[in-house]
Amino acid sequence: MEDFVLRALGGGIGAALAAGPVGCFVVWRRMAYFGTALAHAVLLGVALGFLLQIEPIVAVFAICLLLAVCLLLLERQRVISVDALLGVLAHAVFAAGLVVVAFMERVRVDLIGYLFGDILSVGVVDLWLIFGTAAVVTAALAWQWSNLLAVTLNQDLAAAEGVPVERIRFLFLFLLAGVIAVGMKIVGMLLVVALVIVPAAAARRMAATPEQMAVASTAIGIASVAAGLFVSLLWDIPAGPAIVLVASGIFAASLLIPVRGPSREDG
Amino acid sequence: MTGAPSRDPSEAAPLVEARGVSLRFGRRSVLDAVDIAVRAGEIVTLIGLNGAGKSTLIRVILGILEPDSGEVLQSPGLRVGYVPQHMQRDPVMPITVERFMTLGSPAPRKALQRVLDEVGGDPILGHPLAEISGGEMQRVLLARALLREPQLLVLDEPLAGVDVTSQSDLYRLIADIRDRRGFGVLLVSHDLHLVMAATDTVVCLNRHVCCTGRPQAVLRHPEFISLFGQHLSETFAVYQHAHDHRHDALGEPLSIEADPPEQARPAGRHR
Repeated sequence: MEDFVLRALGGGIGAALAAGPVGCFVVWRRMAYFGTALAHAVLLGVALGFLLQIEPIVAVFAICLLLAVCLLLLERQRVISVDALLGVLAHAVFAAGLVVVAFMERVRVDLIGYLFGDILSVGVVDLWLIFGTAAVVTAALAWQWSNLLAVTLNQDLAAAEGVPVERIRFLFLFLLAGVIAVGMKIVGMLLVVALVIVPAAAARRMAATPEQMAVASTAIGIASVAAGLFVSLLWDIPAGPAIVLVASGIFAASLLIPVRGPSREDG
Repeated sequence: MTGAPSRDPSEAAPLVEARGVSLRFGRRSVLDAVDIAVRAGEIVTLIGLNGAGKSTLIRVILGILEPDSGEVLQSPGLRVGYVPQHMQRDPVMPITVERFMTLGSPAPRKALQRVLDEVGGDPILGHPLAEISGGEMQRVLLARALLREPQLLVLDEPLAGVDVTSQSDLYRLIADIRDRRGFGVLLVSHDLHLVMAATDTVVCLNRHVCCTGRPQAVLRHPEFISLFGQHLSETFAVYQHAHDHRHDALGEPLSIEADPPEQARPAGRHR
Protein backbone atom coordinates (compact mmCIF):
# COMPACT_ATOMS: atom_id res chain seq x y z
CA MET A 1 0.00 0.00 0.00
CA GLU A 2 1.19 3.50 -0.74
CA ASP A 3 2.42 5.62 2.17
CA PHE A 4 -0.16 8.32 1.61
CA VAL A 5 -2.91 5.72 1.85
CA LEU A 6 -1.52 4.43 5.15
CA ARG A 7 -1.28 7.97 6.49
CA ALA A 8 -4.84 8.61 5.38
CA LEU A 9 -6.05 5.46 7.07
CA GLY A 10 -4.12 6.28 10.25
CA GLY A 11 -5.41 9.84 10.33
CA GLY A 12 -8.97 8.70 9.77
CA ILE A 13 -8.76 6.10 12.51
CA GLY A 14 -7.26 8.66 14.91
CA ALA A 15 -10.04 11.13 14.18
CA ALA A 16 -12.65 8.39 14.67
CA LEU A 17 -11.08 7.47 18.03
CA ALA A 18 -11.51 11.04 19.24
CA ALA A 19 -14.91 11.58 17.65
CA GLY A 20 -16.55 8.36 18.86
CA PRO A 21 -17.09 9.07 22.56
CA VAL A 22 -17.34 12.87 22.11
CA GLY A 23 -20.04 12.25 19.51
CA CYS A 24 -22.07 10.33 22.10
CA PHE A 25 -22.09 13.36 24.38
CA VAL A 26 -23.04 15.61 21.45
CA VAL A 27 -25.99 13.31 20.77
CA TRP A 28 -26.95 12.93 24.45
CA ARG A 29 -26.70 16.66 25.09
CA ARG A 30 -28.53 17.54 21.84
CA MET A 31 -25.64 19.66 20.66
CA ALA A 32 -25.61 18.71 16.98
CA TYR A 33 -26.38 22.29 15.97
CA PHE A 34 -23.77 23.54 18.41
CA GLY A 35 -21.21 21.35 16.65
CA THR A 36 -22.33 22.66 13.27
CA ALA A 37 -21.88 26.21 14.52
CA LEU A 38 -18.35 25.43 15.72
CA ALA A 39 -17.53 23.86 12.36
CA HIS A 40 -18.37 27.16 10.68
CA ALA A 41 -15.28 28.58 12.37
CA VAL A 42 -13.02 26.20 10.44
CA LEU A 43 -12.60 28.50 7.45
CA LEU A 44 -11.53 31.46 9.57
CA GLY A 45 -9.17 29.19 11.48
CA VAL A 46 -7.54 27.87 8.31
CA ALA A 47 -7.15 31.39 6.90
CA LEU A 48 -5.63 32.74 10.10
CA GLY A 49 -3.38 29.69 10.23
CA PHE A 50 -1.96 30.62 6.83
CA LEU A 51 -1.67 34.27 7.83
CA LEU A 52 0.18 33.51 11.07
CA GLN A 53 2.13 30.57 9.65
CA ILE A 54 0.80 27.99 12.11
CA GLU A 55 -0.59 24.52 11.50
CA PRO A 56 -4.19 24.73 10.22
CA ILE A 57 -5.36 22.12 12.76
CA VAL A 58 -3.95 24.18 15.63
CA ALA A 59 -5.40 27.44 14.32
CA VAL A 60 -8.82 25.85 13.75
CA PHE A 61 -8.78 24.43 17.27
CA ALA A 62 -8.01 27.87 18.73
CA ILE A 63 -10.78 29.60 16.75
CA CYS A 64 -13.32 26.87 17.57
CA LEU A 65 -12.48 27.15 21.25
CA LEU A 66 -12.81 30.93 21.12
CA LEU A 67 -16.22 30.61 19.49
CA ALA A 68 -17.30 28.00 22.04
CA VAL A 69 -16.34 30.28 24.92
CA CYS A 70 -18.23 33.20 23.32
CA LEU A 71 -21.30 30.97 23.09
CA LEU A 72 -20.91 29.85 26.69
CA LEU A 73 -20.76 33.46 27.88
CA LEU A 74 -23.56 34.71 25.64
CA GLU A 75 -25.79 31.88 26.80
CA ARG A 76 -26.03 33.64 30.16
CA GLN A 77 -28.10 36.47 28.80
CA ARG A 78 -31.67 35.31 28.81
CA VAL A 79 -33.23 37.27 25.95
CA ILE A 80 -31.98 35.59 22.77
CA SER A 81 -32.39 31.81 22.65
CA VAL A 82 -29.32 29.63 22.34
CA ASP A 83 -30.61 28.36 19.02
CA ALA A 84 -30.71 31.85 17.52
CA LEU A 85 -27.36 32.72 19.09
CA LEU A 86 -25.74 29.74 17.41
CA GLY A 87 -27.18 30.83 14.09
CA VAL A 88 -25.86 34.37 14.50
CA LEU A 89 -22.36 33.46 15.60
CA ALA A 90 -21.91 30.55 13.18
CA HIS A 91 -22.67 32.67 10.16
CA ALA A 92 -20.79 35.71 11.41
CA VAL A 93 -17.64 33.67 11.87
CA PHE A 94 -18.13 31.90 8.52
CA ALA A 95 -18.57 35.25 6.76
CA ALA A 96 -15.43 36.53 8.47
CA GLY A 97 -13.62 33.45 7.17
CA LEU A 98 -14.79 34.11 3.60
CA VAL A 99 -13.67 37.74 3.79
CA VAL A 100 -10.22 36.85 5.08
CA VAL A 101 -9.83 34.14 2.46
CA ALA A 102 -10.76 36.62 -0.28
CA PHE A 103 -7.54 38.47 0.48
CA MET A 104 -5.37 35.39 0.24
CA GLU A 105 -4.42 33.77 -3.06
CA ARG A 106 -2.89 30.60 -1.64
CA VAL A 107 -5.80 29.60 0.54
CA ARG A 108 -8.32 30.01 -2.24
CA VAL A 109 -6.54 27.21 -4.06
CA ASP A 110 -6.94 24.90 -1.07
CA LEU A 111 -10.41 26.03 -0.15
CA ILE A 112 -12.15 22.97 -1.55
CA GLY A 113 -9.81 20.79 0.50
CA TYR A 114 -10.89 22.43 3.72
CA LEU A 115 -14.56 22.53 2.85
CA PHE A 116 -14.74 18.87 1.86
CA GLY A 117 -11.70 17.41 3.58
CA ASP A 118 -8.59 15.95 2.04
CA ILE A 119 -7.77 12.74 3.84
CA LEU A 120 -5.19 11.73 1.21
CA SER A 121 -3.09 14.78 2.06
CA VAL A 122 -2.68 13.81 5.74
CA GLY A 123 0.98 14.36 6.58
CA VAL A 124 3.21 13.22 9.40
CA VAL A 125 2.62 16.41 11.41
CA ASP A 126 -1.12 15.94 10.95
CA LEU A 127 -0.81 12.37 12.24
CA TRP A 128 0.94 13.58 15.39
CA LEU A 129 -1.71 16.23 15.95
CA ILE A 130 -4.57 13.81 15.30
CA PHE A 131 -3.29 11.08 17.60
CA GLY A 132 -2.26 13.62 20.22
CA THR A 133 -5.82 14.95 20.18
CA ALA A 134 -7.24 11.43 20.37
CA ALA A 135 -5.04 10.67 23.38
CA VAL A 136 -5.97 13.89 25.19
CA VAL A 137 -9.68 13.38 24.48
CA THR A 138 -9.63 9.77 25.68
CA ALA A 139 -7.69 10.61 28.83
CA ALA A 140 -9.90 13.60 29.69
CA LEU A 141 -13.09 11.61 29.14
CA ALA A 142 -11.84 8.74 31.30
CA TRP A 143 -10.81 11.20 34.01
CA GLN A 144 -14.14 13.06 34.17
CA TRP A 145 -16.47 10.36 32.83
CA SER A 146 -18.96 10.17 35.68
CA ASN A 147 -19.03 13.95 36.16
CA LEU A 148 -19.71 14.34 32.43
CA LEU A 149 -22.52 11.80 32.64
CA ALA A 150 -23.96 13.54 35.71
CA VAL A 151 -23.94 16.97 34.03
CA THR A 152 -25.48 15.44 30.90
CA LEU A 153 -28.26 13.73 32.84
CA ASN A 154 -29.26 16.75 34.90
CA GLN A 155 -27.23 19.88 35.38
CA ASP A 156 -29.03 21.07 38.52
CA LEU A 157 -28.74 17.73 40.24
CA ALA A 158 -25.03 17.58 39.41
CA ALA A 159 -24.47 21.13 40.69
CA ALA A 160 -26.34 20.42 43.92
CA GLU A 161 -24.18 17.36 44.49
CA GLY A 162 -20.99 19.32 44.12
CA VAL A 163 -20.00 18.57 40.52
CA PRO A 164 -18.18 21.64 39.11
CA VAL A 165 -20.70 22.03 36.30
CA GLU A 166 -19.16 25.06 34.56
CA ARG A 167 -15.71 23.49 34.46
CA ILE A 168 -17.10 20.21 33.12
CA ARG A 169 -19.03 22.04 30.40
CA PHE A 170 -15.92 23.96 29.44
CA LEU A 171 -13.87 20.76 29.37
CA PHE A 172 -16.39 19.25 27.00
CA LEU A 173 -16.31 22.25 24.67
CA PHE A 174 -12.51 22.07 24.71
CA LEU A 175 -12.67 18.42 23.62
CA LEU A 176 -15.32 19.11 21.00
CA ALA A 177 -13.21 21.93 19.51
CA GLY A 178 -10.28 19.48 19.29
CA VAL A 179 -12.40 16.84 17.57
CA ILE A 180 -13.70 19.35 15.03
CA ALA A 181 -10.19 20.59 14.31
CA VAL A 182 -8.86 17.11 13.50
CA GLY A 183 -12.10 15.95 11.89
CA MET A 184 -12.06 18.80 9.37
CA LYS A 185 -8.74 17.49 8.04
CA ILE A 186 -10.41 14.14 7.32
CA VAL A 187 -13.89 14.95 6.00
CA GLY A 188 -13.87 18.75 5.77
CA MET A 189 -15.75 21.56 7.44
CA LEU A 190 -19.09 20.76 5.81
CA LEU A 191 -19.09 17.13 6.88
CA VAL A 192 -17.13 17.14 10.13
CA VAL A 193 -20.24 17.12 12.32
CA ALA A 194 -21.39 14.00 10.49
CA LEU A 195 -18.18 12.27 11.57
CA VAL A 196 -19.06 13.23 15.14
CA ILE A 197 -22.77 12.44 15.38
CA VAL A 198 -23.56 9.76 12.78
CA PRO A 199 -21.49 6.96 14.39
CA ALA A 200 -22.87 7.89 17.83
CA ALA A 201 -26.45 7.86 16.57
CA ALA A 202 -25.82 4.52 14.83
CA ALA A 203 -24.41 3.10 18.07
CA ARG A 204 -27.51 3.82 20.17
CA ARG A 205 -29.33 0.62 19.34
CA MET A 206 -26.28 -1.50 19.89
CA ALA A 207 -25.69 -0.33 23.45
CA ALA A 208 -27.23 -0.91 26.87
CA THR A 209 -24.86 1.38 28.79
CA PRO A 210 -23.22 4.74 28.09
CA GLU A 211 -19.81 3.04 27.88
CA GLN A 212 -20.99 0.47 25.35
CA MET A 213 -22.40 3.28 23.24
CA ALA A 214 -19.08 5.16 23.32
CA VAL A 215 -17.15 2.05 22.29
CA ALA A 216 -19.66 1.12 19.58
CA SER A 217 -19.60 4.68 18.26
CA THR A 218 -15.82 4.58 17.99
CA ALA A 219 -15.88 1.20 16.25
CA ILE A 220 -18.48 2.39 13.75
CA GLY A 221 -16.39 5.50 13.09
CA ILE A 222 -13.28 3.42 12.41
CA ALA A 223 -15.16 1.00 10.18
CA SER A 224 -16.67 3.92 8.23
CA VAL A 225 -13.25 5.51 7.71
CA ALA A 226 -11.69 2.26 6.51
CA ALA A 227 -14.57 1.28 4.26
CA GLY A 228 -15.06 4.83 2.95
CA LEU A 229 -11.38 5.17 2.10
CA PHE A 230 -11.36 1.80 0.36
CA VAL A 231 -14.43 2.62 -1.71
CA SER A 232 -13.04 6.01 -2.61
CA LEU A 233 -9.80 4.49 -3.93
CA LEU A 234 -11.67 1.70 -5.71
CA TRP A 235 -14.14 3.90 -7.56
CA ASP A 236 -12.20 7.13 -7.51
CA ILE A 237 -14.80 9.10 -5.56
CA PRO A 238 -14.04 11.76 -2.90
CA ALA A 239 -13.04 10.14 0.40
CA GLY A 240 -14.78 12.44 2.91
CA PRO A 241 -18.27 12.03 1.45
CA ALA A 242 -17.63 8.29 1.00
CA ILE A 243 -16.80 7.96 4.72
CA VAL A 244 -19.90 9.88 5.73
CA LEU A 245 -22.08 7.82 3.37
CA VAL A 246 -20.79 4.57 4.85
CA ALA A 247 -21.49 5.83 8.38
CA SER A 248 -24.97 6.93 7.33
CA GLY A 249 -25.56 3.51 5.79
CA ILE A 250 -24.62 1.88 9.10
CA PHE A 251 -26.99 4.27 10.87
CA ALA A 252 -29.83 3.32 8.50
CA ALA A 253 -29.10 -0.36 9.05
CA SER A 254 -29.04 0.18 12.84
CA LEU A 255 -32.65 1.31 12.72
CA LEU A 256 -33.56 -2.31 11.98
CA ILE A 257 -32.04 -3.45 15.28
CA PRO A 258 -34.55 -3.54 18.14
CA VAL A 259 -33.50 -1.10 20.87
CA ARG A 260 -31.13 -2.91 23.17
CA GLY A 261 -31.07 -2.17 26.73
CA PRO A 262 -32.10 -3.88 29.86
CA SER A 263 -35.65 -5.09 29.48
CA ARG A 264 -38.24 -4.20 32.06
CA GLU A 265 -38.41 -7.86 33.04
CA ASP A 266 -34.90 -8.36 34.35
CA GLY A 267 -35.15 -5.92 37.26
CA MET B 1 -21.54 12.35 71.23
CA THR B 2 -25.15 11.36 71.60
CA GLY B 3 -25.72 10.98 67.89
CA ALA B 4 -29.35 11.90 68.35
CA PRO B 5 -30.45 15.17 66.84
CA SER B 6 -30.55 17.93 69.39
CA ARG B 7 -34.07 18.61 70.63
CA ASP B 8 -33.87 22.25 69.88
CA PRO B 9 -32.24 22.65 66.53
CA SER B 10 -32.29 26.41 66.79
CA GLU B 11 -29.15 26.24 68.94
CA ALA B 12 -27.05 24.49 66.32
CA ALA B 13 -25.13 26.32 63.65
CA PRO B 14 -27.05 26.28 60.36
CA LEU B 15 -26.13 23.69 57.76
CA VAL B 16 -26.95 26.26 55.15
CA GLU B 17 -27.93 29.86 55.44
CA ALA B 18 -28.96 32.55 52.97
CA ARG B 19 -28.48 36.13 54.07
CA GLY B 20 -30.12 39.02 52.30
CA VAL B 21 -30.28 37.14 49.00
CA SER B 22 -31.66 39.14 46.07
CA LEU B 23 -31.97 38.09 42.47
CA ARG B 24 -33.44 39.72 39.39
CA PHE B 25 -34.30 38.15 36.05
CA GLY B 26 -34.04 41.08 33.71
CA ARG B 27 -36.03 43.88 35.31
CA ARG B 28 -38.18 41.53 37.37
CA SER B 29 -37.17 41.06 40.99
CA VAL B 30 -37.51 37.38 41.85
CA LEU B 31 -35.97 37.36 45.32
CA ASP B 32 -35.72 40.38 47.55
CA ALA B 33 -33.46 40.33 50.60
CA VAL B 34 -34.37 36.78 51.60
CA ASP B 35 -33.02 35.27 54.81
CA ILE B 36 -33.42 31.58 55.48
CA ALA B 37 -31.49 28.97 57.45
CA VAL B 38 -31.72 25.20 57.87
CA ARG B 39 -30.21 23.44 60.85
CA ALA B 40 -29.48 19.77 61.46
CA GLY B 41 -32.60 17.85 62.47
CA GLU B 42 -34.93 20.62 61.34
CA ILE B 43 -37.60 20.47 58.63
CA VAL B 44 -38.05 23.87 57.00
CA THR B 45 -40.88 24.20 54.52
CA LEU B 46 -41.11 26.93 51.92
CA ILE B 47 -44.65 27.89 50.99
CA GLY B 48 -45.90 30.55 48.64
CA LEU B 49 -48.00 31.05 45.55
CA ASN B 50 -46.83 30.22 42.04
CA GLY B 51 -44.11 32.60 40.99
CA ALA B 52 -43.19 33.46 44.57
CA GLY B 53 -39.60 32.45 43.91
CA LYS B 54 -39.57 29.17 45.84
CA SER B 55 -37.71 27.10 43.29
CA THR B 56 -35.39 29.99 42.52
CA LEU B 57 -34.50 30.32 46.19
CA ILE B 58 -33.80 26.58 46.35
CA ARG B 59 -31.53 26.87 43.34
CA VAL B 60 -29.67 29.78 44.93
CA ILE B 61 -29.23 27.87 48.19
CA LEU B 62 -27.91 24.85 46.29
CA GLY B 63 -25.38 27.02 44.48
CA ILE B 64 -26.96 26.42 41.07
CA LEU B 65 -27.77 30.12 40.67
CA GLU B 66 -25.59 32.98 41.80
CA PRO B 67 -27.51 35.69 43.69
CA ASP B 68 -27.12 39.33 42.58
CA SER B 69 -26.52 40.32 46.16
CA GLY B 70 -26.45 38.69 49.54
CA GLU B 71 -24.63 35.50 50.41
CA VAL B 72 -25.22 31.80 50.86
CA LEU B 73 -23.17 30.06 53.52
CA GLN B 74 -22.85 26.28 53.54
CA SER B 75 -21.18 24.45 56.39
CA PRO B 76 -17.85 23.13 55.08
CA GLY B 77 -18.02 19.77 53.28
CA LEU B 78 -21.81 19.72 53.40
CA ARG B 79 -23.28 16.63 51.72
CA VAL B 80 -26.48 17.56 49.94
CA GLY B 81 -29.20 15.29 48.65
CA TYR B 82 -31.45 17.03 46.13
CA VAL B 83 -34.77 15.93 44.70
CA PRO B 84 -35.80 18.28 41.89
CA GLN B 85 -39.40 18.94 40.88
CA HIS B 86 -39.06 16.67 37.90
CA MET B 87 -36.26 15.35 35.79
CA GLN B 88 -36.44 14.98 32.06
CA ARG B 89 -35.03 11.77 30.73
CA ASP B 90 -33.99 11.12 27.19
CA PRO B 91 -34.05 7.60 25.75
CA VAL B 92 -31.06 8.49 23.60
CA MET B 93 -28.80 7.76 26.57
CA PRO B 94 -28.82 4.07 27.45
CA ILE B 95 -28.64 4.01 31.23
CA THR B 96 -30.30 1.90 33.90
CA VAL B 97 -31.93 3.04 37.12
CA GLU B 98 -29.14 1.29 39.02
CA ARG B 99 -26.41 3.13 37.14
CA PHE B 100 -28.18 6.46 37.63
CA MET B 101 -28.53 5.87 41.36
CA THR B 102 -24.87 5.01 41.83
CA LEU B 103 -23.46 7.71 39.56
CA GLY B 104 -21.01 9.61 41.74
CA SER B 105 -21.68 7.49 44.84
CA PRO B 106 -21.08 3.78 44.29
CA ALA B 107 -23.11 1.38 46.42
CA PRO B 108 -23.77 -2.35 46.36
CA ARG B 109 -26.99 -3.48 44.72
CA LYS B 110 -28.42 -4.68 48.04
CA ALA B 111 -28.10 -1.23 49.57
CA LEU B 112 -29.77 0.26 46.49
CA GLN B 113 -32.72 -2.07 46.68
CA ARG B 114 -33.05 -1.46 50.42
CA VAL B 115 -33.28 2.31 49.99
CA LEU B 116 -35.63 1.88 47.05
CA ASP B 117 -37.85 -0.41 49.15
CA GLU B 118 -37.81 2.15 51.93
CA VAL B 119 -39.32 4.81 49.69
CA GLY B 120 -41.83 2.32 48.29
CA GLY B 121 -40.21 1.95 44.88
CA ASP B 122 -40.78 -1.12 42.76
CA PRO B 123 -37.86 -3.41 41.93
CA ILE B 124 -36.82 -1.45 38.87
CA LEU B 125 -33.05 -1.23 39.26
CA GLY B 126 -32.43 -2.95 35.94
CA HIS B 127 -34.90 -0.86 33.95
CA PRO B 128 -33.86 1.83 31.51
CA LEU B 129 -34.14 5.18 33.28
CA ALA B 130 -36.12 6.70 30.42
CA GLU B 131 -38.84 4.05 30.64
CA ILE B 132 -39.95 4.29 34.27
CA SER B 133 -43.02 6.38 35.12
CA GLY B 134 -42.91 9.88 36.58
CA GLY B 135 -43.96 8.64 40.02
CA GLU B 136 -41.31 5.91 39.95
CA MET B 137 -38.74 8.48 38.89
CA GLN B 138 -39.51 10.72 41.88
CA ARG B 139 -39.05 7.74 44.20
CA VAL B 140 -35.79 6.89 42.48
CA LEU B 141 -34.62 10.49 42.93
CA LEU B 142 -35.55 10.41 46.62
CA ALA B 143 -33.81 7.05 47.08
CA ARG B 144 -30.76 8.37 45.26
CA ALA B 145 -30.64 11.43 47.51
CA LEU B 146 -30.96 9.27 50.66
CA LEU B 147 -28.29 6.89 49.40
CA ARG B 148 -25.79 9.72 49.53
CA GLU B 149 -26.38 9.95 53.30
CA PRO B 150 -26.96 13.69 53.06
CA GLN B 151 -26.61 16.14 55.91
CA LEU B 152 -29.09 18.35 54.11
CA LEU B 153 -31.97 16.99 52.07
CA VAL B 154 -33.54 19.48 49.66
CA LEU B 155 -36.87 18.61 48.09
CA ASP B 156 -38.54 20.88 45.55
CA GLU B 157 -42.19 19.80 45.36
CA PRO B 158 -40.70 16.38 45.02
CA LEU B 159 -43.75 14.21 44.98
CA ALA B 160 -45.97 15.90 42.43
CA GLY B 161 -46.15 12.72 40.32
CA VAL B 162 -46.90 10.45 43.26
CA ASP B 163 -50.50 9.75 44.22
CA VAL B 164 -51.87 11.53 47.26
CA THR B 165 -51.97 8.69 49.79
CA SER B 166 -48.42 7.62 49.10
CA GLN B 167 -47.42 11.29 49.25
CA SER B 168 -48.35 11.59 52.89
CA ASP B 169 -46.66 8.24 53.56
CA LEU B 170 -43.53 9.53 51.91
CA TYR B 171 -43.54 12.78 53.87
CA ARG B 172 -43.96 10.77 57.06
CA LEU B 173 -41.07 8.61 55.91
CA ILE B 174 -38.91 11.68 55.33
CA ALA B 175 -39.73 12.91 58.84
CA ASP B 176 -38.91 9.44 60.22
CA ILE B 177 -35.56 9.22 58.51
CA ARG B 178 -34.86 12.77 59.65
CA ASP B 179 -35.47 11.64 63.24
CA ARG B 180 -33.12 8.68 62.80
CA ARG B 181 -30.34 10.32 60.85
CA GLY B 182 -30.72 13.86 62.11
CA PHE B 183 -30.28 15.61 58.79
CA GLY B 184 -31.83 18.95 57.95
CA VAL B 185 -34.64 19.10 55.42
CA LEU B 186 -35.55 22.00 53.16
CA LEU B 187 -38.84 21.38 51.43
CA VAL B 188 -40.99 23.24 48.95
CA SER B 189 -44.61 22.23 49.14
CA HIS B 190 -47.94 23.35 47.84
CA ASP B 191 -49.82 21.06 50.14
CA LEU B 192 -50.60 22.88 53.37
CA HIS B 193 -51.92 19.68 54.99
CA LEU B 194 -48.50 18.11 54.70
CA VAL B 195 -46.78 21.32 55.68
CA MET B 196 -48.74 21.58 58.89
CA ALA B 197 -48.29 17.91 59.76
CA ALA B 198 -44.54 17.55 59.52
CA THR B 199 -42.71 20.85 59.64
CA ASP B 200 -40.72 22.65 62.29
CA THR B 201 -40.43 25.98 60.56
CA VAL B 202 -42.55 27.43 57.79
CA VAL B 203 -41.18 30.17 55.59
CA CYS B 204 -43.84 31.97 53.60
CA LEU B 205 -42.28 33.46 50.51
CA ASN B 206 -43.63 36.09 48.16
CA ARG B 207 -40.36 37.24 46.58
CA HIS B 208 -39.50 38.50 50.05
CA VAL B 209 -40.05 36.48 53.21
CA CYS B 210 -43.58 37.40 54.36
CA CYS B 211 -43.37 35.61 57.63
CA THR B 212 -41.57 32.72 59.21
CA GLY B 213 -42.03 30.61 62.30
CA ARG B 214 -43.87 27.57 63.61
CA PRO B 215 -46.71 26.43 61.35
CA GLN B 216 -49.40 27.64 63.78
CA ALA B 217 -47.87 31.05 64.16
CA VAL B 218 -47.47 31.52 60.42
CA LEU B 219 -51.10 30.54 59.87
CA ARG B 220 -52.29 33.48 61.94
CA HIS B 221 -49.88 35.97 60.46
CA PRO B 222 -51.70 38.76 58.59
CA GLU B 223 -49.47 38.39 55.52
CA PHE B 224 -50.23 34.67 55.31
CA ILE B 225 -53.94 35.42 55.55
CA SER B 226 -53.76 38.09 52.89
CA LEU B 227 -51.87 35.69 50.59
CA PHE B 228 -53.79 32.49 51.13
CA GLY B 229 -57.09 33.83 52.45
CA GLN B 230 -58.87 33.81 55.78
CA HIS B 231 -60.66 30.58 54.96
CA LEU B 232 -57.47 28.59 54.48
CA SER B 233 -55.97 30.04 57.60
CA GLU B 234 -58.99 28.95 59.66
CA THR B 235 -59.20 25.54 58.03
CA PHE B 236 -55.66 24.74 58.92
CA ALA B 237 -55.79 26.31 62.35
CA VAL B 238 -58.66 23.93 63.16
CA TYR B 239 -56.99 21.01 61.42
CA GLN B 240 -53.85 21.61 63.40
CA HIS B 241 -55.73 21.85 66.67
CA ALA B 242 -57.57 18.63 66.08
CA HIS B 243 -54.76 16.48 64.79
CA ASP B 244 -51.35 17.69 65.74
CA HIS B 245 -50.57 17.37 69.36
CA ARG B 246 -47.97 15.67 71.42
CA HIS B 247 -48.40 13.99 74.75
CA ASP B 248 -46.44 14.92 77.79
CA ALA B 249 -45.17 12.39 80.32
CA LEU B 250 -48.59 12.16 82.00
CA GLY B 251 -50.39 11.54 78.77
CA GLU B 252 -51.86 14.98 78.62
CA PRO B 253 -52.07 16.25 75.07
CA LEU B 254 -49.66 19.03 74.40
CA SER B 255 -50.71 20.86 71.33
CA ILE B 256 -48.14 22.97 69.64
CA GLU B 257 -50.29 25.91 70.64
CA ALA B 258 -49.61 25.06 74.27
CA ASP B 259 -46.04 26.11 73.74
CA PRO B 260 -45.34 29.62 74.94
CA PRO B 261 -47.46 31.83 72.74
CA GLU B 262 -45.32 32.73 69.83
CA GLN B 263 -45.79 35.35 67.22
CA ALA B 264 -44.58 34.63 63.77
CA ARG B 265 -41.47 36.66 63.34
CA PRO B 266 -42.16 39.30 60.75
CA ALA B 267 -39.47 39.34 58.14
CA GLY B 268 -37.03 42.19 58.04
CA ARG B 269 -38.42 43.88 54.97
CA HIS B 270 -41.94 44.80 54.12
CA ARG B 271 -43.45 46.74 51.35
